[in-house]
Parts: sequence; C-alpha cells; structure tokens
Amino acid sequence: MTAVAPTAARPDGITRAPAARSPFVRKFLANKGAVVGTVVLLVFVLAALLAPWVAPFDPLKANFLAVRKAPSLVHWLGTDELGRDLFSRLLWGARSSLLAGGVSVAIAMVIGVPLGLVAGYFGGKLDAVISRVMEALLACPFLVLAIALGAFLGPSLTNAMIAIGLSAMPIFSRLTRGQVLAIRHEEYLEGARAIGLPDRWIILRYVLPNVLSPLVVQAALTIASAILAEASLSFLGLGQQPPSPSWGSMLNTAKNFMEQAPWMSIAPGVAIYLTVLCFNLLGDGLRDALDPKN
Amino acid sequence: MLTFIFRRLFSAIPTLILVSLFVFTLQKLLPGDPVLALAGEERDPAVMQYLRDKYRLNDPVPLQYIHWVGNVLHGDFGTSLRTEQPVTTLLASKLPVTLELAVLALLIALLIGVPTGVVAAVRKGTAVDYGANVFALSGISIPHFWLGILLIMIFAVKLQWLPASGFVPPEENLGQNLKTLILPAFVLGAGLSGVLMRHTRSAMLEVLRADYVRTARAKGLFTRTVILKHALRNALMPIITLTTLLFGELLGGAVLTEQVFSIPGFGKMIVDAVFNRDYAVVQGVVLCVAVGFLLLNLLADVLYRMVNPRLRTA
Repeated sequence: MTAVAPTAARPDGITRAPAARSPFVRKFLANKGAVVGTVVLLVFVLAALLAPWVAPFDPLKANFLAVRKAPSLVHWLGTDELGRDLFSRLLWGARSSLLAGGVSVAIAMVIGVPLGLVAGYFGGKLDAVISRVMEALLACPFLVLAIALGAFLGPSLTNAMIAIGLSAMPIFSRLTRGQVLAIRHEEYLEGARAIGLPDRWIILRYVLPNVLSPLVVQAALTIASAILAEASLSFLGLGQQPPSPSWGSMLNTAKNFMEQAPWMSIAPGVAIYLTVLCFNLLGDGLRDALDPKN
Repeated sequence: MLTFIFRRLFSAIPTLILVSLFVFTLQKLLPGDPVLALAGEERDPAVMQYLRDKYRLNDPVPLQYIHWVGNVLHGDFGTSLRTEQPVTTLLASKLPVTLELAVLALLIALLIGVPTGVVAAVRKGTAVDYGANVFALSGISIPHFWLGILLIMIFAVKLQWLPASGFVPPEENLGQNLKTLILPAFVLGAGLSGVLMRHTRSAMLEVLRADYVRTARAKGLFTRTVILKHALRNALMPIITLTTLLFGELLGGAVLTEQVFSIPGFGKMIVDAVFNRDYAVVQGVVLCVAVGFLLLNLLADVLYRMVNPRLRTA
C-alpha cells in the first residue's frame, strides 16, 4: 500500500520506487526487537548453511558407547537414545526447519497471490468462484488440513512442505484480493486502463507493486507458522523421516525419554521457539516500518 | 437480525458443498487400500469382495459422493473401518472431550490475555508493556507440543502434582477430570492468550485516544472507572468477535495437545484415523470441524452486529 505512491506511476509505464526509502530502514532499525530477531535469524541461517563444516559429529552416526549422555564438554547438548550428538543434529535440523518455512511460504505465495490478484482485479464470477474455494479451504483449520494433505501425500519433508504451502495459500489469496479491491478504482489504474494498457501489464506493473508491502509482512509471519507447522507434522511423524534430523522429529523421540534424558527435549524446542519468535519479531518490525500511520 | 442470520446461513451453503467435495475427494486419494488392511492376513477374495460391497467401494466415485452426502444429511457418517462403530457415535463420544478442553483453554486465555492487554495499553511504553509484549509473542511462538512436554517434565515427572497423561470423564470424577485437563488446557490457552493480549492492547489503545474517553477523564471520573466502564466496554467489541474465531482455531490446535497428553478427543481421533487410513472417521472429523468453524464465523458476525448498534441497520 505504501510502496508506490499513486503519482509514482508514469504514463510511460515506468514505476519508480519511492525516493524516500530511508524512512523504512530508519524505522526498522529503530525497532530493537526486529533488529535482534533479524540478527539471530541470520546466525541460524548461517549455522544451517555451514552445518557440514561446523557440526562436530556426524548427525546420523550412532555411537552405542555414548547413549543418552548428559551435556558435557564433548557433547555440548548431550546425546540421544542412539548416542548421536544433539548439537550436530540440531545444526542439521535447522536446514529442514528453515527450508520448510521458506519453501512452503513460496508455494503459498506463488499460487495464492496470482489467484488473489485475478479475483480482485476482474471481480465477477471468477472472483466468486475463487473466493468460495478459498473460503472452503479456510474453513478447515490450518493444521488439520496440513495433516490430512500430509497423510494423503505420504510422510516426507517435501510433502510436508507442499501440504503446509497449500494450507497457507488461501491466506495470501484473500489478503491480495482485499488489497486489490482497495486500490481497484484508484485514478492511476483508471488512467492505465483508459490508455488501453493490457490487463496483464496493469496487474503486474501497477497493481502488484502497490499491494506488495502487506504481503511481505504476511510472508514473514507465515514463515513463522510454517516452521511451527513443519515441526508439528514432523512431531506427528508426517514430516522429515528418520534418521534425518528435524527439530520436530527430535522432540517426538525426546518425549519417550522425558525421565531418563530430559536434555533431549530442551534444545530442539528452544531452537523452534527462537526461530519462530524471531520471524514474528521480523514480521512485526516490517509491519510497523511499512505502516504510513507510524 | 433474523433475516441477516438466514442470509448468512444461506451464503454458507456453497462453501459447505465445496468443503464436503474437498473432504470426500481427499480421502479417496489417500494411498493404500483400506480393504487390504481389514481383510486380515489371509486376504480371502470373498471376504474382500464382501467388504467392498458393504462399504460401496465398487461404485463410481461420483455415486459414492452422492450416497455419502445423502447419508451425512441423515446424520450417518458411515462406519469406522477400524472399530466397526458408527462414526456418528465416535464423534459424539469424542466431541465433549475436545469441547471441554477447548472451553477451559479459552477461559485460561481470556483470563490471562484480556487483563494483560488492558494493563499493557494503559501503561504503554513502560517496562510492564514491554514485558507483556514479550510474553504475548512468546505465547504465539512457542510450539504447543514442546510446552506440553516441558510442563509434563516439571509438574508430572519432577513434582508429581499432576498426571502426565490420560483422561477421566467429568461425570466419573470431576476433580480428577480437571486435574487431567489443567495442563493441556493451559498449553492450548497460552498461545491464544498471546493473540488476545495483542488485540486487547491495540483495541484499548484505539479507544483510549477517543474523544468520549477524554471527556470522561475531563469530567473528573476515576481512572479505573474510565478504563473499565468507558474504554474496556468499547474495546471488547472486536475481542468478542476474535474470541469466537479463536475457538475454531482451538479445535485445530487440540490435535497436537491431545496427542502429547493422550487425551481421547477429536484431535487424537483424526491422527489415529489418518495413520489407520480410516476414511470415514477422517471425513467425519474434518467435516464436523469445518461446519463448526463456519457456524462460529456466523456467530462472530451476529455477535458483532449485536454489540455494535451502528451495523444493525446496515
């Protein structure tokens, strides 16, 4: 809504980014929570990328001489029921969690945003059909839908990402549609139509840039829910399959050893919590920085 | 108001038909043959044929759908392939468990979320506000099942104050019932309290800026009266709507909580049914939850109109 002022669209079809980009950066940097969240997330992403070099042990290799060892100098976070190093598994597990968050939101946006653009821009019967289907999908709770889809597709990380992406898709479709409806009768769009620009061009060059900022905010917040959903599906056995590590499946195993090895439950849970928290902080920061009222 | 309710009910019909189509198709696409699972080790062709006829699995799919919808409209969701019980009976026996859990969770969420939201708004920008915000964000970000595991480790394993899992029906022993549900209800409610707190806070901030609140203050009313009687009453409007919608979310969130605490409700039933490829049960649960969700949406709309007189004539 705020990214491009109506006057920024020129008749020659060039949309200029607003000259005042610094207020956004300034506002974002002033939000301590958002900055801390972003920094922590960058560390997590780095850790996930560098896992093969940083992880002190092989995350899959069982060591029956070190079964369920408490945290120590050798095994910083302890070991699991097969003697695998929890710190190494945590680093490798970051890959599935972050990948699941990013990929499933990408799936949701790639399908949901165009549907919302088309529904909002053209209206009429097309809008009615798309909106009804989205309402039907939204009527099933997110997780129930993801579980049902995950079960149908079969348990694997890829299928979990598809299931989460499809379940999150209506959120983006509805948000985009609402935003398009709000600007549909703006003068610059009427102008673009009046000079005979094709609809496809108008949607891509004028509508999309003007509805983008709430979508960016929603993307950050949805990555948070997607990571939670992936962890939930893995916890239920519908996500990343053993022996590959994922934070959710690590917790699923850990719950069987609550008395004997409580440390197994701590690290993966803290990791999920921190990642989701940081994405929420980032989303809140983006929203505040992009909100013209602030 | 009645016309409005009827109009909204009517508009929900296409959505319902789509949900039913979607639920039906999805289950048809589930991998594996349920008859193979039922026929036992011998896989006697005669038995398998009998089972296929019994569950009408040989009919064309569109016919199966029409037959299924017809039955559903008569309150017959089919028979569980696993337990041989009618799905309606199963749903009826599990629904009260999940409902009780959801109501308790909602109560906890309201008791924590609304007061902290009010205090945070009144003390905007102070350490209290900051703390409340951190608490709310944590509630939203914490994985339910992990919080459940942590609480079990503390209150059941270490302190042994509460049972780690299981469920006692309230008619059997109410005290024991509440003891088994308090941890799961708190786990479910904690996340929601964060959402409620954030909404209460922003609604209160909006209202506290309004002219009538300034007038009330100018009249010399006590701050407490202004906040509770003038501000909170108006701020509650969006919160009522939100609470109704959150109740629907709770039914979804119950899936994991029931799994962690082994509570025999809707959530545990759908997970078990998915793993057992029990078509009829999955269909029944998803459809019930979706209908419940749509009804709650309607209720939210109606409540919103009732508490907001400006919308009544619109």
